Amino acid sequence: MTTTLPAYDEVVARYEPVIGLETHVELGTNTKMFCGCPTDFGGEPNTRVCPVCLGLPGSLPVANKAAIEATIRIGLALNCSIATWCRFARKNYFYPDMPKNFQISQYDEPLCVDGYLDVEVNGETVRIGIERVHLEEDTGKSLHVGGATGRIHGATESLVDYNRAGIPLVEIVTKPIAGTGALAPEVARAYVTELRDVLRGLGVSDVRMEEGSLRCDVNTSLNLPGQEWGTRTETKNVNSLRSVERAVRSEMLRQAAVLGAGGRITQETRHFHEDTGDTTPGRSKETATDYRYFPEPDLVPLAPDPDWVAQLKTALPELPRLHRRRLQQAWGLSEADMQSVLNAGAVELIEATVTAGATPAAARKWWLGELSRRANETGVELADVGATPAQVAELQGLVDAGKLNDKLARTVLEGVVAGEGSPTEIMTNRNLEVVSDTGALTTAVDEAIAANPVIADKVRSGKVAAAGALVGAVMKTTRGQADAQTVRTLILERLGVSA
Amino acid sequence: MAAISREEVAHLARLSRLAVTQEELDTFAGQLDVILQAVAQVGEVAAADIPPTSHSVPLTNVLREDVVTPGLTPEEALSGAPDAEEQRFRVPRILDEDVAS
Repeated sequence: MTTTLPAYDEVVARYEPVIGLETHVELGTNTKMFCGCPTDFGGEPNTRVCPVCLGLPGSLPVANKAAIEATIRIGLALNCSIATWCRFARKNYFYPDMPKNFQISQYDEPLCVDGYLDVEVNGETVRIGIERVHLEEDTGKSLHVGGATGRIHGATESLVDYNRAGIPLVEIVTKPIAGTGALAPEVARAYVTELRDVLRGLGVSDVRMEEGSLRCDVNTSLNLPGQEWGTRTETKNVNSLRSVERAVRSEMLRQAAVLGAGGRITQETRHFHEDTGDTTPGRSKETATDYRYFPEPDLVPLAPDPDWVAQLKTALPELPRLHRRRLQQAWGLSEADMQSVLNAGAVELIEATVTAGATPAAARKWWLGELSRRANETGVELADVGATPAQVAELQGLVDAGKLNDKLARTVLEGVVAGEGSPTEIMTNRNLEVVSDTGALTTAVDEAIAANPVIADKVRSGKVAAAGALVGAVMKTTRGQADAQTVRTLILERLGVSA
Repeated sequence: MAAISREEVAHLARLSRLAVTQEELDTFAGQLDVILQAVAQVGEVAAADIPPTSHSVPLTNVLREDVVTPGLTPEEALSGAPDAEEQRFRVPRILDEDVAS
């Protein structure tokens, strides 16, 4: 890049951004969209293929009922109208990622249209319009070889694996999102985050961006206030929530630099680079007519029974946003406290820990404290840190029963994370239980008093604060396994001083 | 007026990566024009009471339960491939980095 990028503040002071998001979601069905091949991630190349998904002559597709149902449920959760009649269409293009030379998709008759999703940004609710939700099939994966770079530009041939070809893929397209100004990048991120939570709540996909089961393309354009919307670019390869935000921001800066220098924006596909946060140009966009869409003759139309749709609507789970609102009230948290729970990705974990018997406050303390710190240090998601909600609840139960003090509980938790077993097992195996046997404690106290006669005299003469040194001595001999308050009371009792 | 122009045929050939000579363009444009005009006659007989259709069978909702069925082994899958490497189909590179979406 030769041009110097302007400052973000200047860009949003001068231009108004319009963004749009296309999100692709691989459904978690057992089988592919049009054949009975399994869909699980990974696997040796070309082990999950059959004549249908290889496009062999004479094979015929049959639509997967579970995929249709999942798509309708997504549409309903996004407040869409569900088509009473619609068809699949062939999207023709020349690229070996689909062995048929076309992809079965939907064109002018999507299954779900015209909905919305409310998202929260900085405490404000922004309503994102949903243009359409349609169903198509995913493509195979190409490995480009023969060149020095491993990228397509240096390659001489491609090696193709069709395991992914034909997996049901739902495309969710927003209406253009205008009027968000400087917040546009955050709105984009908030939308994808909320959408991911909705999809997870519906149980229709594992929505893992890093594995590609949730993928996002970001459209961005800039215009001067009061003028028509500018030419947009489409940024592909945006593979994390953070990247969604960065991609919008970086494209706003790039376009402002081009426009500021008197240039024009080319309508094109751009590729986002995770490492630099920049985008680089891809191909110029083919027009829809180049795809030569036409109704798929091998499939009959879909006409979802309105009664079935109504049933699916009734059975929808609570939306994540409303669910969070309810939990926030139940847990008695402020906006800011709830926000930190959300940022830590701890809502479901805390909820499950409370269900397993802990108080909301205790559950929050462990997940946002020790466990979040540990997850950050090791660079894993909080849910993968190595402790389960049931274990955290069990740990807190031991604290509440007086068997562990806070310090010992932390040690036990480290053991849990290290996979040493349940909190009770670790406490027993490592002999970490609080010394509650008064006989043993009294002995330790008497020893401490005998070993520190000067301090003991101070305490006897009324300098109660000096007892701290004796408490420390007892804690040392009991290796921290005594309750400090109990020890203190016992010391004062033995020295004949009232607390 | 022709139903399809020589330029449209050239464009379609490019989209399909077909190498078509200038002479062939003339031939194909003429032939395709005859075919399209013949098909267009169907439109002339279709009255307002005949709804457009994309399918000869008046069926809807032919669906399949989400149950895994046996497919092909990698050897079977690759048996018809012009070339294979690392258990994958080996094809010439395609420069346009186009992925359906």
